[in-house]
Amino acid sequence: MRLPSCLADLTIAIPAWADPNPADWDAVLSEADGQTVYWHAWGGSTTTNDFISWIGEQAAEQGVTLEHVKLADTADAVGAVLTERQAGKDEGGSVDMIWINGANFASMKEQDLLFGPFAEDLPNWQFVDVEGKTVTTDFTIPTEGYESPWAMAQVVFIHDTARLAEPPRSALELLEWSTNDPGRFTFPQPPDFLGTTFLKQMLIDLVADPAVLQAPVGDDYEAVTASFWAFMDALTPTLWRQGRAYPQTGPRQLQLMNDGEIDMAISFSPGEASAAIANFELPETVRTHVFDKGTLGNASFVAIPYNANAKAGAMVIANILLSPEAQLRAQTPDILGYGTVLAMDKLSPEDRAAFEALDLGPATLSPAELGPAQPEPHPSWAERLAEDWVARYGVAQ
Amino acid sequence: MLRPLPLLTTLILAGTVLLGLIGTVLPAIGLGPTGRGLSLDAFHAVFDWPGLPRALLVAVLSGVGSTIGALAIATLILAGWHGTASFRWLERLLSPLLAVPHAAAALGLAFLIAPSGWLMRLPATALGWETAPDILILQDPWGLSLMAGLIAKEMPFLMLMMLAALPQVAEGPRMAVARSLGQGRVAGWLKAVFPGLYAQVRLPVMVVLVYGMTNVDVATILGPNTPPPLAVQVTRWMTDPDLAQRAVAAAGALILLGAVVTTLIAWLVGERVIAWLGRAWVWSGRCAPPGLRVVGWGLGVVSALAVLAGIAALAIWSVAARWRFPDPLPEALTARSWMRHGPEIADVTLLTLAIAAIATAVSLILVIGCLEAEHRHGVTASQRGLWLLYLPLLIPQIAFLPGLQLAPLVLGVPPLAAVIFAHVVFVLPYVFLSLSGPFRAWDSRIARAAAGLGAAPDRVLWRLRLPMLLAPVLTAAAVGLAVSVGQYLPTLLLGGGRISTLTTEAVALAAGGDRRAIGAWGLGQTGAALLPFALALLLPAIAFRNRRGLRHG
Repeated sequence: MRLPSCLADLTIAIPAWADPNPADWDAVLSEADGQTVYWHAWGGSTTTNDFISWIGEQAAEQGVTLEHVKLADTADAVGAVLTERQAGKDEGGSVDMIWINGANFASMKEQDLLFGPFAEDLPNWQFVDVEGKTVTTDFTIPTEGYESPWAMAQVVFIHDTARLAEPPRSALELLEWSTNDPGRFTFPQPPDFLGTTFLKQMLIDLVADPAVLQAPVGDDYEAVTASFWAFMDALTPTLWRQGRAYPQTGPRQLQLMNDGEIDMAISFSPGEASAAIANFELPETVRTHVFDKGTLGNASFVAIPYNANAKAGAMVIANILLSPEAQLRAQTPDILGYGTVLAMDKLSPEDRAAFEALDLGPATLSPAELGPAQPEPHPSWAERLAEDWVARYGVAQ
Repeated sequence: MLRPLPLLTTLILAGTVLLGLIGTVLPAIGLGPTGRGLSLDAFHAVFDWPGLPRALLVAVLSGVGSTIGALAIATLILAGWHGTASFRWLERLLSPLLAVPHAAAALGLAFLIAPSGWLMRLPATALGWETAPDILILQDPWGLSLMAGLIAKEMPFLMLMMLAALPQVAEGPRMAVARSLGQGRVAGWLKAVFPGLYAQVRLPVMVVLVYGMTNVDVATILGPNTPPPLAVQVTRWMTDPDLAQRAVAAAGALILLGAVVTTLIAWLVGERVIAWLGRAWVWSGRCAPPGLRVVGWGLGVVSALAVLAGIAALAIWSVAARWRFPDPLPEALTARSWMRHGPEIADVTLLTLAIAAIATAVSLILVIGCLEAEHRHGVTASQRGLWLLYLPLLIPQIAFLPGLQLAPLVLGVPPLAAVIFAHVVFVLPYVFLSLSGPFRAWDSRIARAAAGLGAAPDRVLWRLRLPMLLAPVLTAAAVGLAVSVGQYLPTLLLGGGRISTLTTEAVALAAGGDRRAIGAWGLGQTGAALLPFALALLLPAIAFRNRRGLRHG
């Protein structure tokens, strides 16, 4: 049952009495003490899992127990919340917090499955770089405090300098290289998140005016994407396995690189290559680069479902994620290598010095080399591109 | 008190499956909590999916192909070698494979046969290749590597099932007659023993067929992706962020169920055709083609070694530092992966084994209760009753588990209890399969003698029957534990993501691709499943160290 919008506004203005009030932080802290938070987050990366368990240690100091529910796919958590709503379980739900962004956030927000707004009331929100980083919109959808950012991501390409000295720096250069040296490139299979990101990145690079992608997909879809599909038609037969098979996820794609099957890979984390070198997962000869026109960037968020059992505890953890200490740890290359969401000029001098002293690792680009992030297109583009890609190349020819 | 047990057990198993199926059918036709009224939109959506023909074809091919392959190899090994020293050696090689969880076996195999895998690294090192050849071995569009993986994993299962059923078909006398009519070893066995034996193992064969068509974990790792087999695609629809896809998933699951039923019917027809052709062959008196014996043995050894080498590869990855193509071994060894994952693996192992122990204990009690009821009251499960017992194994998990997802929430059952219940549904049939033969074969004259001496039936059960059947009871328990440890979908769907077992963790990691983590978790999973088998062998040997005749149930 969907409430009429005026009623929904009312319920947001006056939260149900049982929910903690984010503006009264002391009350949140005392309610959180003793709670157990089930954080549903993608569990496919060892470094991320280790980082989350470190966050758990910090949370324990404030009386909050953190349990990481490792997902193969974020949509599993969305599905769990929906299942509970179907069963009429509107409180005491099993999901307390979700690592989320993009389409999943849009879907949950549209269906009123989220608790909030809470993000801008978190004490550590004061450090967040609201002006310089895309932390208040998620794939063009305004977050409105329904999710709290915790890491910045930007597309980079990883290449093995031992086999590829001059990596391609645009979509057309990529096509040229792959045509001359076929079978040495692939990307995670859409609708995988990273694979869909690759499609978007190519589209942005090829489209005449990327600004059209900020609006939802319109009638001009064919015209806007014509050059992109021509590019994909030319690229696909030159891919690894002639495009007849794809790695299923980003980490599997990196494993292919370590196995000497491909020479270039896409990543959504500028520090991933350095972390992978430190963890023996990639050769030392690996470096990263970006396209000349720039690359896509977005933020990773955490959101709290409307029926979460430990909302106060979840907010405490969202706040810990925004602390300079946690952000510094996340940016350390052999730990996680994720970009911080904080603004350097808002930090204390000591914290700022600690960030500046960070050695980003052998394969991580400096912020200047990384360049400005291109804005994410509206989620309808990702959805449509992935759908059409599956129809064109995802089922056997 | 024992009398209603068989009915109750059948109800638990068949009732669960039926409830789950209803829970799947309703959303597929637009009814239920999310539905927008009766419609076939979800089915239209599945039929509009361009990958459907290929996805169905791959499901049928991998199911039928792997079943025929596994059955053929198991049959050839038994026909050619049963009773010889080489057979005992091969049996020892194959038995542990039964306990290796499907996901772990598939992950190991994937590293072995990939173009940059272990096998290819040998010529690569020798010839100095710098890059791996670009050939499509893993995830090939026809599912051949998936089929190979399934054969390697199911062949030991079928062979041990056939071995367990052999005493019931009087192999010795039949072979003696066949040999005296001038038949060779393989031809005589195929003509005289196989038909009777096949009738005994028909259900396990169908279980293998259904599993081959509908499994998700092995297919994700070894199967094709453009498009994937239908079961994998249904799982994807189920977890799509667009929640309307749930109905599409339900419809897809029902289409898969339809394909499974059709294939099973076709298999039954195939049985008739083979029987007819076979009878002609028997009367013709012709011999078997030469070399079959060696081929069977060779295929058996190759598939056993492939799985074992895959597990060895997992073990090495779990302690590997940098390991690049084409090095056959890592540059250095490190304990880092175990330091990192060890403590968590230990915690999860405890929970996994606790769930497995409770589910197995419940199953054992029900199975022994049923068998004892049959013995005392003559309440036997008819052939039809037996089919109901196997219903959870014959109906694809993907078709009825999603429909059960809501049940624990509505009934207020905690996730752990729901998971244990679901495990019982899958463990019980295997425990029954494993224990019923030896239980029925127990010499009931012993019971009559004891009753004559004034012992009550309970006393006979506890003091004579169960102690004498210690070895088969423990084996059944080990089978139950291994089955429980290996469960993926039931744990994931009924635990609501809150219950982590070694298998859910290993498959989640497989989605990532960190081979070191996969190695450590896959080994943990294999260990948890193997340990009970080791105990089942060891305990009777200790308990009956001076009772030679009781050591082998």
